[in-house]
Amino acid sequence: MAQLTYREAIARGIAQEMRRDESVVFLGEDIAAAGGVFKGTVGLLEEFGPVRVRDTPISEQAILGAAMGAAMTGLRPIAEIMFADFFAVCWDIVVNEIAKSRYMTNGQMTFPLVIRSGNGGGLRFGAQHSQSVENWAMMVPGLKVVVPSTPLDVIGLMAASIRDNDPVIFLEEKALYATKGEVPDGDVVDTLGSAKVLRQGSNATLIALGNMVPRAQLAAEELASAGIDCTVVDVRSLVPLDTQTILREVSATGRMFTVEENPRLCGWGGELASIVADEIFYDLDGPIVRITTPHIPLPAADALEDLAIPSVTRIVETVQKSMNS
Amino acid sequence: MSLDVVAPLLLDDKLDLYRSQFALRQFEKRAYDLFLENYVKGTSHLSIGQEAIAAGVARAMRPDDWTFATYRGHAHTLARGVPMAPVFAELMGRANGLMAGKGGSMHLTSVEHGVMGSYAIIGAHLPIACGAAWSAQYRGTDQVAVCFFGDGSTNIGAFHEALNFAAIWKLPVIFFCENNLWMEYTRTTEVTAVANPAADRASAYGLESIIVDGNDADEVYAVTAACVARARAGEGPSMIEAKTYRHGGHSRADPGKYRPDEEVAEWLAKDPIPRYHQRLLAEGASEAQLVEIERAVNEAVDVATEEAKAGAVPGEDLLMKDVWANGGAEWRN
Repeated sequence: MAQLTYREAIARGIAQEMRRDESVVFLGEDIAAAGGVFKGTVGLLEEFGPVRVRDTPISEQAILGAAMGAAMTGLRPIAEIMFADFFAVCWDIVVNEIAKSRYMTNGQMTFPLVIRSGNGGGLRFGAQHSQSVENWAMMVPGLKVVVPSTPLDVIGLMAASIRDNDPVIFLEEKALYATKGEVPDGDVVDTLGSAKVLRQGSNATLIALGNMVPRAQLAAEELASAGIDCTVVDVRSLVPLDTQTILREVSATGRMFTVEENPRLCGWGGELASIVADEIFYDLDGPIVRITTPHIPLPAADALEDLAIPSVTRIVETVQKSMNS
Repeated sequence: MSLDVVAPLLLDDKLDLYRSQFALRQFEKRAYDLFLENYVKGTSHLSIGQEAIAAGVARAMRPDDWTFATYRGHAHTLARGVPMAPVFAELMGRANGLMAGKGGSMHLTSVEHGVMGSYAIIGAHLPIACGAAWSAQYRGTDQVAVCFFGDGSTNIGAFHEALNFAAIWKLPVIFFCENNLWMEYTRTTEVTAVANPAADRASAYGLESIIVDGNDADEVYAVTAACVARARAGEGPSMIEAKTYRHGGHSRADPGKYRPDEEVAEWLAKDPIPRYHQRLLAEGASEAQLVEIERAVNEAVDVATEEAKAGAVPGEDLLMKDVWANGGAEWRN
């Protein structure tokens, strides 16, 4: 058992899989010699060499095209898109090519590849380096979407994503890179499509993803001292989606709150609300409430960014207001 | 470009190359007829006039090499040895289609023939071909990837990203530009900074500038074979620009009337198929041999058409199949 940061867990997860499978290769901008701009891939070049860990030019279409071509011919590439915002310059390869080609070819091709990317706000980087893009990916048939919230989940879900035979968009929360957590010795392998219940309560269920998970947990502690006992569910994987856990936990408390970093429209919480309303409407004791960033581009100033992204205080106040009304 | 390494084609090889070009022509003509008869729905983009390229390049490849085609990819798919019937059936949206009707005319794929997809977003497949070439390089096989694209692709970002990427990693990939002078409705030179849209850009990526007569299958074969040999030997990528012409419009909806009559007439006179026919006669083939090849091809096209028409309409079982590697489409539990 060791204390590891979220950023150290990335290299640990990738290294674990590169050791067991020669077909795993890794490419991206500044990932090799520099160890990543967030220092998430330090040591991989030294251990696996420049043939398996390769720096690329600033060419996101080439990076993802290369990953796709390598995957369709037998490799298991991991590609890094440095900031998730940069998906916008290579989204064609993701959406039109990687996501659709298995279906279009009637199953002739498989694409066992992982695209890692630094996602979300909190670092005061402004509107083009802070977006939460998980919903861009979630709405495309043919993509799996994973967002870990702890170092342990980074390793386990990374391993599961690399071993998976489908394309996985693996979003690392930039705001969590410095956070620490306990990680057992030896290999860690998790399962895609399994939500985690982090806290069991009886009054309300908070459903959170990525960077919003620790905030939901802190909010739940404050709410408990104010007499509102909350369940906290970490979704972890948007596709595949563990709806059974979510339905069960919402059903148990009768109240559902989502905590989403994304701007308001078409966030994953809207889809969850629809599923809950369709399937367990009569188990609800009150309205479904979504706590999100307003529908705005993210501002750079720390004071403004803190106002935009759901904070512990906002979660507590929103839940209290809704539960007490 | 030295052609010393290229094995010259013998008369039998050339008869085979004639058969291939003639078959591509007859397939495309039948595909057009089937569209007029409403058997082929949606859109399709024919290679009539450009057959020497698909046939000549395929001749220079090994069965385990890979091709990446564009939405104008019927010819490139068939030239690798894919039978006609499943391709006709795919155009018709039948269950016996090459992809059971799930891809259509613009996405023909046959992995078992090394046909690694046909791509309908301009330029997108150039980086993907790089990835296949990288995989061959990494695994130490000497497979080569050939990526076909049109003149219009040379002005999109992915083209430039892919060329630089292939050059720095010395990938075994051949970028093959079929310059048929027109994008969709616009003449390429009117919107391009250089006269030869691919060849004039080659030097920017440290590559040789190579231009071939795309209506001459022998020349296409020889130059491609030299580039393939170079790629197999680990000497990196090449780019070839072939001058050619599509006899028809861009797609089925386009009669191609924007092109000057004299230009069309000039290129019809350079039609690769009658030209090759004449060459074979001059090199010792008999008219009877060529007539027999043409008869056999026409018969094969008729048989394949009927086989495709006899296919079932795809059913609901196919609809939810193969989104994922496990064969299904489930996104939740």
